[in-house]
Amino acid sequence: MPQYTIRVDGQTHTIEADADMPLLYALRDDLGLPNPHFGCGLSQCGACTVHMDGKAIRSCSTPVAQAAGLEIKTLNGLGTPDRPHPVQKAFLEEQVPQCGYCINGWVMTAAAFLETKKNPTDAEIKDALAGLKCRCGTHTAIMRAVRRAADSMA
Amino acid sequence: MNANTDMSLSRRTMLQGTGALVIAVSMGGTTEALAQVMAAPAAPKGALHPTDLDSWLSVGPDGKVTLFFGKIDGGQGTDLAMGQIVAEELDVPMSSVSVVQGDTALTVNQGGASGSTGVRFAGAAFRQAGAEARRVLVNRAAERLGVAPERLTVTEGVVSVVGDPAKKISYAEIIDGKGFQSKIGWNDEYGNALALTSPAKPKSYEQYKVVGTPQKRMDVAGKVFGTTPWTGDIRVDGMVHGRMIRPPVPGTSVVSVDESSIAHIPGAQVLRKGDFIGVIAPKEWNAIKAAQALHVNWSEVKDPFVEMPELYNHIRNAPPTNRGGNDRGKVDEAFARASRVVTAQYEFPFQSHASMGPGVAVADVRSDGVKVWTGTQKPHFAANGVAGCLGVAPETVHAVWVAGSGCYGRNDAGDVTMDAAVMSQLAGKPVRVQYMRHEGTGWDPKAPASIHRARAALDADGNLLAIDFYSKGFSRVDTNSSEGRSGDTLAGMLMGHKGAIQQVFNNPEGAYNFANRRFSWETIAAILPGASPLRTSHLRDPLGPQIHFASESFMDEIAFAAKADPVEFRLKHLSNPRDIAAIKAVAERAGWKYGPAGTRRSRRGDLAMGQGIAYAQRNGTIVALVADVEVNVRTGAIRVPKITCAHDCGLIVNPETLKLTLEGSIVQGLSRAIHEEVQFNSKGVTSVDWLTYPIVDIQEAPQIDDRVGQPIYTRSTGAGESAMRPLVGAVANAVFEATGKRLRRAPVNPANILRSI
Repeated sequence: MPQYTIRVDGQTHTIEADADMPLLYALRDDLGLPNPHFGCGLSQCGACTVHMDGKAIRSCSTPVAQAAGLEIKTLNGLGTPDRPHPVQKAFLEEQVPQCGYCINGWVMTAAAFLETKKNPTDAEIKDALAGLKCRCGTHTAIMRAVRRAADSMA
Repeated sequence: MNANTDMSLSRRTMLQGTGALVIAVSMGGTTEALAQVMAAPAAPKGALHPTDLDSWLSVGPDGKVTLFFGKIDGGQGTDLAMGQIVAEELDVPMSSVSVVQGDTALTVNQGGASGSTGVRFAGAAFRQAGAEARRVLVNRAAERLGVAPERLTVTEGVVSVVGDPAKKISYAEIIDGKGFQSKIGWNDEYGNALALTSPAKPKSYEQYKVVGTPQKRMDVAGKVFGTTPWTGDIRVDGMVHGRMIRPPVPGTSVVSVDESSIAHIPGAQVLRKGDFIGVIAPKEWNAIKAAQALHVNWSEVKDPFVEMPELYNHIRNAPPTNRGGNDRGKVDEAFARASRVVTAQYEFPFQSHASMGPGVAVADVRSDGVKVWTGTQKPHFAANGVAGCLGVAPETVHAVWVAGSGCYGRNDAGDVTMDAAVMSQLAGKPVRVQYMRHEGTGWDPKAPASIHRARAALDADGNLLAIDFYSKGFSRVDTNSSEGRSGDTLAGMLMGHKGAIQQVFNNPEGAYNFANRRFSWETIAAILPGASPLRTSHLRDPLGPQIHFASESFMDEIAFAAKADPVEFRLKHLSNPRDIAAIKAVAERAGWKYGPAGTRRSRRGDLAMGQGIAYAQRNGTIVALVADVEVNVRTGAIRVPKITCAHDCGLIVNPETLKLTLEGSIVQGLSRAIHEEVQFNSKGVTSVDWLTYPIVDIQEAPQIDDRVGQPIYTRSTGAGESAMRPLVGAVANAVFEATGKRLRRAPVNPANILRSI
């Protein structure tokens, strides 16, 4: 079985995996980093989102071979309770998640977006987050939180 | 090593030990509110009995109060509400309160999450338990301090003598690690109906300091920082991964399995018992590949379903399996003297729970006992279902609820728990089963499809003489809403177990004071009985959106016939001041323009704008909604820029969690109103992912004005489901105002809008 070296949240790991195995399973099962969630396996919901070289990608549909040598960041690497990322801080302040299963996708996608776009309009935020799914219907709270984070990062 | 890995390790340590896995979340400041995974020294000892006060709460040596909550919170803050209610009665700070929930070894069966009864029923029980605990503690303090109980006061868990504060003793000192060892009255009911009684008198509303305040939820930080374990994160030593094999056509049986088709996949193995069939492998990806690769020969069967365009005719023509209803006044006589009769017929499709994450569970079946980690909202019932599937005694099954993908009724979390248990029994080792997306949407229990016929009798002046409202559809529970019997789960059905077949439907709910009215319903049999992807069960507000889409659309149709304003027409038929207040409030907040039905219209090119109202009650909770819509009359595209909500659920325990719960249910309700419709053909369900079962997108998130109002000092009547009840009706009524054409088939999507135009 091929070996891959991947960097996740600043640490280097070597794993053995089939080349076509999605990155999601390497993170969750091989490295014990369960924050990217399995939602669909089809790039349709975003629950599995991680950053790959700063870009938000869907780890359920990204073969582990493609991630080799690149810098992966998960929700854990984004921020901690002591040093929260502004998006996490805003999601906490707005008490966004209900079940919370999807929240990884929204936080990681919003964080990557706000790195590239300062002072976005609400319409630009919605465009950036389009396609992510939330079954609890927390979309209005998500908008308040991302707006708050964007304002704090301006 | 990061925090999360540490957590996984400590969790594993716990799992190997004999102690129960407990997830207790502190109610302190939100940044400290991280999940703690620990053994359960504070757990009740021995068998849990509802009459033991120790079954409900404990006071630790540090003064920390732990509640043992026999429901679960799916993210709307019901556990927090229990904490606020007990903190209020006990006079302890919120930061010292934590809640253990959904563990069958640590909590009494209070019915799981169910029917918006968290605050309504469990809250009442905890209010009494908290008041009784305070009474017991103050009496014991009185003995220890040598004063009468009436001379004592409690501040932050310390009992002291009024006027002599140096004379004091803390709750922790009184309990001294021994528990309450005190009894409380119980009504001999388990589940939602469980109620507690005692000599203690709970505080009156005027005394409340914690109840009614916007405390922060306990679970949010863990979710935002990714430090909370989820059902799918549970790992047990020696565990393998499982995936299920579902038949290509529902109702077919396994004829033979070609195990050589997965021989090339490391460690992959087939597990089978009757038509129950799955695969396991040590690596998750290999289990997925094995499930895709396995070659199974299935029996030939007749196509199990009707074609989708035939659905509503099928419902109309199918023989009834049960019926119910009731009359008020003299309905037939009123119709006989009517000068005009308005009639309409409405149709509502199947809808899917389509949980955010497909079901996942871990089971460890051993000869000396069974343990399952489950995301089901009813873990106590699921433990019984597991026992039935495995053929073991219920008391040997320990179910531990761990937060999972949101559950708004009977989703697939219970079914996957049974699957994991059967797989673990067959494999002789712990098995984690996760469904794939196509199972989560394609095979979860569905909300029933239905048709509704309504008639109204009017006199010559347009006054309403009588209403006759009839529903016909699939039962609200082809499959029981709990997983308490093996035959109520896919695994049990596939192994030939029989479930409880209930044939029931509902009537409209509200306070309209029609002098003469008939409500009636009929159910029809499932198209395919048993393990069917169209088996019906509870989805948030079971039957509420279906029935009130029809009944509230019809109220507007009568108003239109009577040339009346829809708001005034409703007010004319209501007499309860709270219903009237809600409708007036929502109309005022939404900027309602009074005038006859069908006249709130404006036009900008192809865009037609309208505003519609709908109202309902749910177990005493009152909700009135106004929807603003924009319809493109050329394409049928619909946008709902704003929803205004007046909601009266009695006593509000936490205004912030209530507001967020209402927002969530309004957006989820909007999704059901404008998008959701399970697609199928004669060979099976074809809604299998988010492309074939679209839901609301953030681009469509409306502005929500949720006027929850001030706390009304009456009992809490529940808020988890009410706001979505009249939503489809409000949107449909707004579309009528916009287009002048009545849409009578849900969802309110472009196809049905164009069909109505």
